[in-house]
Amino acid sequence: MTAVLDIDDLNIRFSTPEGTVNAVNGLSLSVSAGESVGIVGESGSGKSQVFLSTMGLLAKNGRAKGSTRFHGEELLGLKADRLNAIRGVRMAMIFQDPMTSLNPYLRISRQMTEVLMEHKGLSRAEARSRSIRMLERVGIPEAAKRVDMYPHEFSGGMRQRVMIAMALLCEPDLIIADEPTTALDVTIQAQILDLLSELRGDTNSAVVLITHDLGVVAGLCDRVVVMYAGRVVETGLVRDIFYSPRHPYTVGLLESIPRLEGDGEGGAEHPRLKAIDGQPPNLQSEIAGCAFAPRCPRVEERCQQERPDLIGLDNGHACACHKVGPT
Amino acid sequence: MAAVGERMDRMAGMEEVAGRSLWQAAWGRLLANRAAVVSLFVLGIIAVMALLAPWLSPHPYDEVYWERIQAPPDFANFHWFGTDGNGRDLFVRTLYGARVSLMVGILATGVSLLIGVSYGAIAGYVGGRTDSIMMRIVDIMYSLPFMFFVILLMVLFGRNIFLIFIALGAVEWLTMARIVRGQTLSIKHKEYIEAAHAAGVSNRVIVFRHIVPNVLGPVIVYVTLTVPQVILTESFISFLGLGVQEPLTSWGVLISEGAKQMESAPWMLIFPATFLAITLFCFNFIGDGLRDALDPKDR
Amino acid sequence: MFSYTFRRLLVAIPTMFVIVTVAFFMIRMAPGGPFDLERALPPEIEKNVLRAYNLDQPLWKQYVDYVGGVVQGDFGPSYKYRDFTVAELIGSGFPASFQLGFTAIVIALVFGVGFGSFAALRQNSGLDHAVMAVSMTGIAIPNFVMAPLLTLVFGVYLSLLPVAGWGDGALINKILPITALALPQLAYIARLTRGSMVETLNANFVRTARAKGLRERIVIVRHTLKGAMLPVVSYLGPATAQILTGSVVIETIFDIPGIGRYFVQGALNRDYTLVLGVMITLATLIIVLNLIVDLVYGLLDPKVRYD
Repeated sequence: MTAVLDIDDLNIRFSTPEGTVNAVNGLSLSVSAGESVGIVGESGSGKSQVFLSTMGLLAKNGRAKGSTRFHGEELLGLKADRLNAIRGVRMAMIFQDPMTSLNPYLRISRQMTEVLMEHKGLSRAEARSRSIRMLERVGIPEAAKRVDMYPHEFSGGMRQRVMIAMALLCEPDLIIADEPTTALDVTIQAQILDLLSELRGDTNSAVVLITHDLGVVAGLCDRVVVMYAGRVVETGLVRDIFYSPRHPYTVGLLESIPRLEGDGEGGAEHPRLKAIDGQPPNLQSEIAGCAFAPRCPRVEERCQQERPDLIGLDNGHACACHKVGPT
Repeated sequence: MAAVGERMDRMAGMEEVAGRSLWQAAWGRLLANRAAVVSLFVLGIIAVMALLAPWLSPHPYDEVYWERIQAPPDFANFHWFGTDGNGRDLFVRTLYGARVSLMVGILATGVSLLIGVSYGAIAGYVGGRTDSIMMRIVDIMYSLPFMFFVILLMVLFGRNIFLIFIALGAVEWLTMARIVRGQTLSIKHKEYIEAAHAAGVSNRVIVFRHIVPNVLGPVIVYVTLTVPQVILTESFISFLGLGVQEPLTSWGVLISEGAKQMESAPWMLIFPATFLAITLFCFNFIGDGLRDALDPKDR
Repeated sequence: MFSYTFRRLLVAIPTMFVIVTVAFFMIRMAPGGPFDLERALPPEIEKNVLRAYNLDQPLWKQYVDYVGGVVQGDFGPSYKYRDFTVAELIGSGFPASFQLGFTAIVIALVFGVGFGSFAALRQNSGLDHAVMAVSMTGIAIPNFVMAPLLTLVFGVYLSLLPVAGWGDGALINKILPITALALPQLAYIARLTRGSMVETLNANFVRTARAKGLRERIVIVRHTLKGAMLPVVSYLGPATAQILTGSVVIETIFDIPGIGRYFVQGALNRDYTLVLGVMITLATLIIVLNLIVDLVYGLLDPKVRYD
């Protein structure tokens, strides 16, 4: 399989009034054509920043170093007009908050057709009918009528459907979905996830799903990358991560997912949810050892001084922990 | 019930503690803003000079020196800014003008604060029909040519300094009322207010003990921006010859006299104009600094 | 939208009524009258004069007559400019005031928005700091200081432009008054524009527009400017009022025969009808312009509903 996206030794730094923040450190990962990869981590783990830098959307005070290649073409430092020939066309992004990510002052029709007119050179009428078809495909009723409405006339779930339709317009090779369901009600979340997995069946696009929710990943992804403090701590196929997690952080994440165990009849004992104690580290200073050490239940002397490398196990499963060796 | 009310009061106390550290953070951010700090300093100097005016110069503000009419700045006779068309020392008169301008600025803003905060807090807190009627009135008053009423008032009832700041205060309260009402509306539904309600604390107590303190941030910012506005308006009225009365003076009066003599005695225009401009500068910088300090998300 | 406009105009009627009433009685309660300043007239003649202007009637009767006249578009005769009606005086002063005010607001808007946008797009650059420093100066130096300073420099020292006068509306006579009138508003609009542009540029929807691979020009013009203009548009109402007020002092300084100057002179001379007439004209102007501004705002912001 060829790599659609290939990130190698990516570092992202933000200069803030309080000092430099090392948001992403030496991160490498690749996404193959048609593949679906889940990126999991707490807020502040740098997972969104990785892909914002891919899209050339880092905040002004952010700098990305390393390499990010899209079909072999280096994206970092690419000129704006060349980058604009890629983003929105061959790779698209769906953002977390559909309430603020659509322009409140423009009709949906305008916000959709402009993509097709800019990139595909379609006439307004052609762009419009294609936009309507796309809205229908993501499940917006009466699309032909609603296409001329403004974003505030849509509900949150409907707006996220519009965002998804907008991302799909040019049939991109790569779709990056940044917490696409976090801002939505639970029932709506399920609908959007269903839509995403349904669309994944229809299209050939590779999907990167950024989320803090392992449960979301389970239904939708082939592979998982777990990030902590700007680094990959564990990566592997979904079933390997879920059934034989190796990194203590991944184990902790899985244990903190609530689930209904037992038959529930007559009040079976629910196991107490386990939380991971402590806070993610402050990324303003270099961390000498393993960033997870202060919160790790299995911490030992070595973890404080020496940073563990990502070590391959089997089946593409890899883990960065001193306590985990190759099997 | 009394016990619960007491506990509510203690909770309000806790709120204040959290609030105080927030104020401290804001204060720190303000001190980091160089323009605002310099402005505070300069404004302090002008205020102190205005207060100490009689002791800073050997000349009384209303003494006429017949032999030195419209004399240029002159250090031998301690006329640092020169003299005016009646041979009075301009340095002392500029500082006396500062007294009047600053006093009118502060008092009129005080009047606008009093009216605006009470009006806005009541409208926002009571809500419903009362609110919409009260804000409707503000909307309508916004579209009135208020300055013309003020000018009219000054022309018709003579130059009375108390009339000036009451009139200006009565003009400037509208925006204050809007800000306070908006803040009150957004705070009203916060949990601790509902808790106070549930505990049977009276409306009056809720408005003045819980809502008013929380509205303070935006109000402070707006106050620092209203003071220069009022000073400006007072100068404007004085410039038209409708402000304070001789031998008292204000910056507007001095600028107006200076403008008439600017060809032969430009210092009569330049010194008071500079003082006015610097003061307006300082208040604006402090206002901007405060806004950034109290609402850091804008940066 | 039509019914909204209609309702707003309906509210304007009682508003105007209040303005007229307050102004009418305010002037009348003030000491002095229109004929006090002249040589004392023989009682017989004074009586005749008062009767000629209906000033011998009870106050309430005069009020009713006056309002009745205004409703029919009759502002009465001027007490000071004996051969003119107030309507004639306002008609003669209006063109000059309108040219000054309108040009000033257009200049303030165009340059204010232009400079403010450039500063926002080059945030924290030298250009940004320069524009903001200059605009702070514009705000801190009021028009009645700016006017004499400009006159001093361009009129007296450089002798490039006339110091005062209208010269029947020659362009060269208008430059200084328009500049003095426009500068403070221009400065304020520039700051307002910069602030709201910076905020909009950081909005999520602008990030979306970039993610869609749109050209920077489209991102700015189509996606940023429209939202960023809203605070500027709502400032236009107060700005008009400020310009109208400013024109009073500017017309006085530059000796321009506009209605602002009539207002000050009228008030000083107790020329009751002239003051009221100018007041009504300006209030009408402000109310109508505010309505237009609100309608334009509604066109820009789809969330505004006229129900």
